[in-house]
Amino acid sequence: MRKLALPDEILMKVEKPARYIGGEYNSVMKDKDTIDVRFCMCFPDVYEIGMSHLGIQILYDMFNRREDTWCERVYSPWPDLDAEMRKNGIPLFALESQDPIKDFDFLGITLQYEMCYTNILQVLDLAGIPLRTRDRKKGDTLVIGGGPCSYNPEPIADFFDIFYMGEGEISYDELLELYKEYKHSDMTRQEFLIKVSNIPGLYVPELYDVTYNEDGTIASFGPIVEGVPSTVTKTVVMDHSKVTYPEKPVVSFMKLTQDRVVLEIMRGCIRGCRFCQAGMIYRPTRPKDVNILKGYAEKMLASTGHEEITFSSLSSSDYQDLPVLTDCLIEKMDNEHVNISLPSLRIDAFSLDVMSKIQDVKKSSLTFAPEAGTQRLRNVINKGLTKEDIMNGALKAFKGGWDKVKLYFMMGLPTETYDDIAGIADLSEEITELFFANIPREERNGRVMVTASASYFVPKPFTPFQWAPMIRPEEFVKRAYFVKDRFRAEKNHKSLKFQYHEADITILEGLLARGDRKLCDVIYDVYRSGQIFDAWTEFFKKENWDNAMEKHGLDIDFYTYRDRDIDEILPWDFIDIGVTRRFLEREWENAQNEKVTPNCRQQCSGCGAARFGGGVCFENKN
Amino acid sequence: MKIRIKYSKLGNLRFIGHLDVMRYFQKEIRRAGLDVCYSKGYSPHQIISFAAPLAMGITSDGEYFDGEFESVTTSKDMITALNAVSVDEIKVTECVLLPDDAKNSMSVVSASDYVITFEDKASEEEKQKLLGSVQGFMAQDEIVILKKTKKSERQENIKPGIMTCEVRDDSIYMLLSTGSEYNLKPELVMQALYSYAKTDYDQFHYHIHRLETYMDSPAGDIMPLYKAGSVF
Repeated sequence: MRKLALPDEILMKVEKPARYIGGEYNSVMKDKDTIDVRFCMCFPDVYEIGMSHLGIQILYDMFNRREDTWCERVYSPWPDLDAEMRKNGIPLFALESQDPIKDFDFLGITLQYEMCYTNILQVLDLAGIPLRTRDRKKGDTLVIGGGPCSYNPEPIADFFDIFYMGEGEISYDELLELYKEYKHSDMTRQEFLIKVSNIPGLYVPELYDVTYNEDGTIASFGPIVEGVPSTVTKTVVMDHSKVTYPEKPVVSFMKLTQDRVVLEIMRGCIRGCRFCQAGMIYRPTRPKDVNILKGYAEKMLASTGHEEITFSSLSSSDYQDLPVLTDCLIEKMDNEHVNISLPSLRIDAFSLDVMSKIQDVKKSSLTFAPEAGTQRLRNVINKGLTKEDIMNGALKAFKGGWDKVKLYFMMGLPTETYDDIAGIADLSEEITELFFANIPREERNGRVMVTASASYFVPKPFTPFQWAPMIRPEEFVKRAYFVKDRFRAEKNHKSLKFQYHEADITILEGLLARGDRKLCDVIYDVYRSGQIFDAWTEFFKKENWDNAMEKHGLDIDFYTYRDRDIDEILPWDFIDIGVTRRFLEREWENAQNEKVTPNCRQQCSGCGAARFGGGVCFENKN
Repeated sequence: MKIRIKYSKLGNLRFIGHLDVMRYFQKEIRRAGLDVCYSKGYSPHQIISFAAPLAMGITSDGEYFDGEFESVTTSKDMITALNAVSVDEIKVTECVLLPDDAKNSMSVVSASDYVITFEDKASEEEKQKLLGSVQGFMAQDEIVILKKTKKSERQENIKPGIMTCEVRDDSIYMLLSTGSEYNLKPELVMQALYSYAKTDYDQFHYHIHRLETYMDSPAGDIMPLYKAGSVF
């Protein structure tokens, strides 16, 4: 029997002890005496969410294929266990070996959303790792961050020895080889970190320094040690047939947020929506070979026993072999009872046909993401979807038997006016009218229902909107009420529903997304005030953030509501994502001129990602 | 074809709840490639049902579920196929074909037996006191406990539910009524025994392990659930 880090008294007391015992099917056990590098992957949120994340499964599998490395997992202990661990002095442990994290060579933390930053400190603190890199020495667990939020690592720069910019399949082997040399020699920590900073994609924040202007903006940013590069270029996988994919993913005992086989079909997106960070940082678009994918699907369904499969990509409709892949899976569904769960697809004849084959039309709803209420604003954000597309899609869907439609919008977008947000209600109303005008009474199953929801726009680094101010929360709420009233006044208001997101957490997300190094102390203090699980409304306390900002003489206005000058040095400017700053500037200008930029397959707009030498940039150019 | 499967749930899996075990087996059956029957409709599910759920913290060598299968090979093959794709602490030990008119395992359960061992945390004195009290405890005419539910508290005589309770090799063995007729949990018996032995109760001082789950036999006795079917 594997030993457990937690005694029965605690496991029987906390909610869902299965989160902490490991031993899941396909989890990897190794003899620690035969391995050289112990790596622990962490998703700083609760188990059910962290276990649903594909990236960790990919890296876990990749590391464990190395004979000299054992990769394990850890997730944030839920507040009930957090309290017990502190009370009883139990250090944070990895699920597989149940050994303390402090015994590991690396702790790799995936950064999927800003609101998990206090949870990072929780993990480090419970593990007994010094929170700040300046307090760490050779022999301490090396803390490495990766994932989308590492594209602006500055607000958490104090807590990480290394950030990994880009796709993990590329540079880890080189890092681990260097690490082994460091571990078994008298190489100093500084010497090691300088060498690390020269590995593609790796950023070592303590080797860089920032100076500020009087107004708080950045005056200079650069390495303070010789031999450290001044820019860090992301790594990308250009040949997917040469990298690994987890054919035997870990199968949880507990029900997860995403409890199914996830087939990653493509990286990158051709669309270029100006608010979307993923659409920029993962360029160029790289579809995977459909025959390789069929093989993965087969193996992963067999090795897990999952009864459901889904696709992962930023825009599955743009995957050109999608019909081939869905046909293959639909056949499997009939023979082997595999459910297919489709990610949001562009609504057209093809997707409606597929959906009618795999779902109960009466129970399912259709989802459109117009993101903005008028064509003018959709042009500003470069959302290619037109009203005609939505109307055509909705009409086809209504004729196919659907009567529930979901619409996703954002509010607070750059240049947004009250006319634009009135369009949220008016577009929803028009969709209901389309239903009443085209579906005869006797063919209606129930009431047509259009549900619109609006989130609060957050400008993100490496998007054309990285210079845009956010609207204030009072204004967001005001606009939300305006739209709500407009919905009430619509003729078919009984068939309409409008929801909007909470404003306070979003403001903090805005603060952290475009923050600088000055925020490290703020996050530290917020954590010290007892705050964790900020992403959970029941634990989020805005006053802890307000107090810490005030204590350090920082103003949230500076980070969120301010107009940024195009020449300002942004905290993340030293990172090279392939897409050039010049392109982002041009796109910011196009946005203000309401000018649409064609997608990558229509016409290359010269974003800069072509220099990686593959993907969509070179399609049809053989 | 109706198949009854017996399995063990051991060690750390005592922290996996009943619903999760059900989900676990749905996946294990698929991994093993067994030809289980599915319900019809857009989200088909396997036609399987589990007997007497086990409380969190208890291990067992006598767990059961029944499944409808389209086709089967042999008992031995199915056991091998399932165990080949299983976690270490779950093991299938029996696999039998039930007569077509057999009632499902959930409804036929009438008893289960348990062995209770003392943890190192229990002092030798506590252990001896409890072991020494078993005979006297069972000699009582009635064993009345206070049963608390969310809504009420009431007195209940649990003695009729205890078919056997005796000391065996430094542990306590008990055979208790289980199932829809009368369901008596072993922890309740232990609470009553602690109280009879005038010893402070601590649920972490002992461990409960279920040995077997039983149904009424045609002979008017009880028999393990797998005896209702035959090896194929």
